[in-house]
Amino acid sequence: MSDYLLLLIGTVLVNNFVLVKFLGLCPFMGVSSKISTAVGMSFATTFVLTLTAAVSYLVNQYVLQPLGIEYLRTLSFILVIAVVVQFTEMVVHKTSPTLYRLLGIFLPLITTNCAVLGLALLNVNERHNFVESLVYGFGAAVGFSLVLVLFSAMRERLAAADVPLPFRGAAIAMVTAGLMSLAFMGFTGLVNI
Amino acid sequence: MDIGYAIIAIGIIAVISGVILGFAAIRFKVKSDPIVEQIDAILPQTQCGQCGYPGCKPYANAIAGGDEINKCPPGGEAVIAKLADLMGVEATALEGEEKPKAVAFVHEAECIGCTKCIQACPVDAILGATRQMHTIIADECTGCELCVDPCPTDCIEMIPIAANTKTWQWQLNAIEVKNINPQVQGE
Repeated sequence: MSDYLLLLIGTVLVNNFVLVKFLGLCPFMGVSSKISTAVGMSFATTFVLTLTAAVSYLVNQYVLQPLGIEYLRTLSFILVIAVVVQFTEMVVHKTSPTLYRLLGIFLPLITTNCAVLGLALLNVNERHNFVESLVYGFGAAVGFSLVLVLFSAMRERLAAADVPLPFRGAAIAMVTAGLMSLAFMGFTGLVNI
Repeated sequence: MDIGYAIIAIGIIAVISGVILGFAAIRFKVKSDPIVEQIDAILPQTQCGQCGYPGCKPYANAIAGGDEINKCPPGGEAVIAKLADLMGVEATALEGEEKPKAVAFVHEAECIGCTKCIQACPVDAILGATRQMHTIIADECTGCELCVDPCPTDCIEMIPIAANTKTWQWQLNAIEVKNINPQVQGE
């Protein structure tokens, strides 16, 4: 049990997908200008990441490995991710119109979020078992959400701040992201994995 | 042989995915009224509530349910014409009158920082905090006038936007266009 907890905390803080592994930077910069959209994106990504971790593990373990066709891993994972995202969109649209209106445009965007494919491939590389894969996926999602919401909160403040003219817009956002990354490097050594 | 397995395996995964998505598309089909979406797309999305509904989407719903199409002052005649075209009804004159486009302006000497106008603003175009002077972000202001009434010191004024090259509206219907019947002309 403590192993899983360590893995979770390690994924959220120490090996944060965005700030330490530099995966999923596109939505990190793209949808962080407003905190409400950032929260929506976080929920959608959490759902998809966790589900993808489970399904890609099953596909790898029970289809690709027994047949010895691991070289098709990337292709089949992309396929799985696309299906999971589409399926999620349909289910959410049916079950919760409110949630759909919040997540609506973000769901298809997740297909091209490299954190999702990165997670599936890392799970294979690290030889995680099923539960570890799930915890790793959930941890990655929580880490992504945490960083995205923190960053969007900062950008909302930056929008009203008196930033020197050459730094306005994307430049100060990049600088902020870099400083956040430095801060998260400080977690190194918190958990030894 | 190995490649054969690969093709079959990926093919089976693809077929399973297709079946899942196809099943989901039927099972989780959402019945939405496409006309509401179309009306909503025409409305100006200022969410100002001057039509008496709490936003553009509810008004779109009401129009689809048979309400009048002339209740949208920010949209003006242009929106009424489009709605009339879409709904197949006569274009009627705007309820109330069409005002020139204006933005709100806070007279800062009189502003007491009560934040009441901030709460009223549907598009978050007012900047300020308690006991701090408020100001209007002119680019965001839609001119809906919802902030004018709540102000206890009457310090908000609607200032018409001066016509310049950016705000100039071509009045293409100023000269009436007549279609001449070609047959009559030929005789």
